[in-house]
Amino acid sequence: MTVAIHVENLTKRFNDLVAVDGISFDIEHGEIFGLLGPNGAGKTTTLSMLSTILKPTSGSAAINGIDIEHDEDGVRKSIGIVFQDQSLDEELTAWENMDFHGRLYRLAAEVRKQRTSELLQLVELEERKNDIVKTFSGGMRRRLEIARGLLHHPSVLFLDEPTLGLDPQTRNHLWQYIATLAREKGITIILTTHNMEEADRLCNRVAIIDHGRIIALDTPTNLKDGIGGDVVSIRTPNPEAIVASLNEPWVLRKEQHNGEVTISLQNAEHRISTIVTALNQRQIPIESISIHKPTLEDVFLSFTGKTIREQEADHKMNMRTYQRMMRH
Amino acid sequence: MDIIYTIWLRNMKRYIRSKSRIIGSISMPLFFLVFLGFGLNSVVQLPGLGGNYIVFLIPGMVAMSVLFTSVFSGIQIIWDKQFGFLKETLVAPVSRLEIMLGQTLGGATIAVLQGFMILVLSVFIGLHLSSLTGFLIALGFMILIGISFTAFGIAIASRMEDMTGFQLIMNFVIFPIFGLSGALFPISSLPAWIAPITLLDPLTYGVEGIRYGLTGFSQINPLISFTVIGGFTLVMTVLGAFLFRKIKF
Ligand SMILES: Nc1ncnc2c1ncn2[C@@H]1O[C@H](COP(=O)(O)OP(=O)(O)O)[C@@H](O)[C@H]1O
Ligand SMILES: [Mg+2]
Repeated sequence: MTVAIHVENLTKRFNDLVAVDGISFDIEHGEIFGLLGPNGAGKTTTLSMLSTILKPTSGSAAINGIDIEHDEDGVRKSIGIVFQDQSLDEELTAWENMDFHGRLYRLAAEVRKQRTSELLQLVELEERKNDIVKTFSGGMRRRLEIARGLLHHPSVLFLDEPTLGLDPQTRNHLWQYIATLAREKGITIILTTHNMEEADRLCNRVAIIDHGRIIALDTPTNLKDGIGGDVVSIRTPNPEAIVASLNEPWVLRKEQHNGEVTISLQNAEHRISTIVTALNQRQIPIESISIHKPTLEDVFLSFTGKTIREQEADHKMNMRTYQRMMRH
Repeated sequence: MDIIYTIWLRNMKRYIRSKSRIIGSISMPLFFLVFLGFGLNSVVQLPGLGGNYIVFLIPGMVAMSVLFTSVFSGIQIIWDKQFGFLKETLVAPVSRLEIMLGQTLGGATIAVLQGFMILVLSVFIGLHLSSLTGFLIALGFMILIGISFTAFGIAIASRMEDMTGFQLIMNFVIFPIFGLSGALFPISSLPAWIAPITLLDPLTYGVEGIRYGLTGFSQINPLISFTVIGGFTLVMTVLGAFLFRKIKF
């Protein structure tokens, strides 16, 4: 396997905010690589730097060995990108959007025509090719953008939150496309998401990113195994008491957040009665208790002490404070 | 060249599809022509300028149509920014200059087409096109107005984040440029202290040039008009290209 994307100490500052903080990783050819993290973690900023839209403050990166700062056009030719926000011309038809893209990338008329019709078939939009994009649903637009991003045969495809805002069924459908693409066309895909399930199902490897830093990077399986066998979540009015009282050696990890305690352990189904008895003896009330296999959410939680959703709420609050400050 | 054509082509496709925009933007100059023209025709005397107010007004309305359409086409980039489409163009391996030139030529073409429609309609209300040369001269000036003011619109749009400043630009830049240009009245009829201001207005030379082409009369030597509006076109194109290059996305 050879390296498709090489990133070294990549950093981006916006004034005094460090949006991306010295991240490094390598992505191999044909890999689906995920950047998983809450809103504001620095995912889009990372993709923007890799696609030459933003200049890094420091650090370096190369796509297929082409340096992102020294040969912008070289990088641009070899990547396809689907932005987080829609970027289609709504007044044009699906076909015209594709055609425009093909011309921008200087594809010959024959090639343009053949690939457009091939790709529209792939994303099942062939029948709607002459319809104005304005009439398309969110899922259709996303599929069209993916098809468009592939038109110039990039060796690397960037997908920024590809399924954000789509209904579960469309999302599932899109996941299948993306998986098929990587498998059949051998394209390297780097995608960002704050959806754990997406990262888990699609990605060969996932980098968990928070506050501009990569806090964990591995295959989803290894990340989840790192937590230890099972996770027990207990909802209670008194989480501190639980954390203080559960000191058995088989408790691998304890986290407390928002009136909930999560405990990592092996063989949870055998331990649960011990836990309940212990808490009853100490008269600690239990509102609810559940056992599940670790998810990437638990991984995120174990590294940051917060769930992705909590982290996002914090980020929003900071943004609001920031905006208020700017206004005054 | 192919990239410029691509951007131009997109502009044309959108234009042809926007029937309401086509009709909307010829309606105002047409309205002016009919009401101002017929209303004032019998009252206003224009010694030495062909005498007929409608015929005097027609070149002004053609210029108006080109002016407003082109500024508007340039400013459209803000929508491309807001709807995200600009990213698609800017991330492609093409130069910003090509994109900007394509946008400028697209906007100018649309503007000239709109002006041409007014010109054709004017034939029914008293315009006599005497020579092909005259028509071509008028067309040349229309093209220059179209290019310069589309580039002007692009320059403005490059510095604006959204459409909130648009009304301000319209009221304090575009309307004064139009009002001072001698599109509605002969510049010689203005009070002595305003006349120099009209000579600072680039559109004055465009209007005068079109007027010379269509009616054979003008108060400014057409060669001077050509030099000034030509120079303005060059300056605006360079300015537009410069500011467009600096757009962040
Ligand atoms: N152009 C910008 N100027 C200032 N701050 C920015 C800019 N772009 C992003 N940021 C900030 O950088 C941080 C990372 O943003 P982003 O990369 O969009 O996160 P994500 O894509 O993970 O949600 C956020 O705090 C965001 O507010
Ligand atoms: Mg983002």
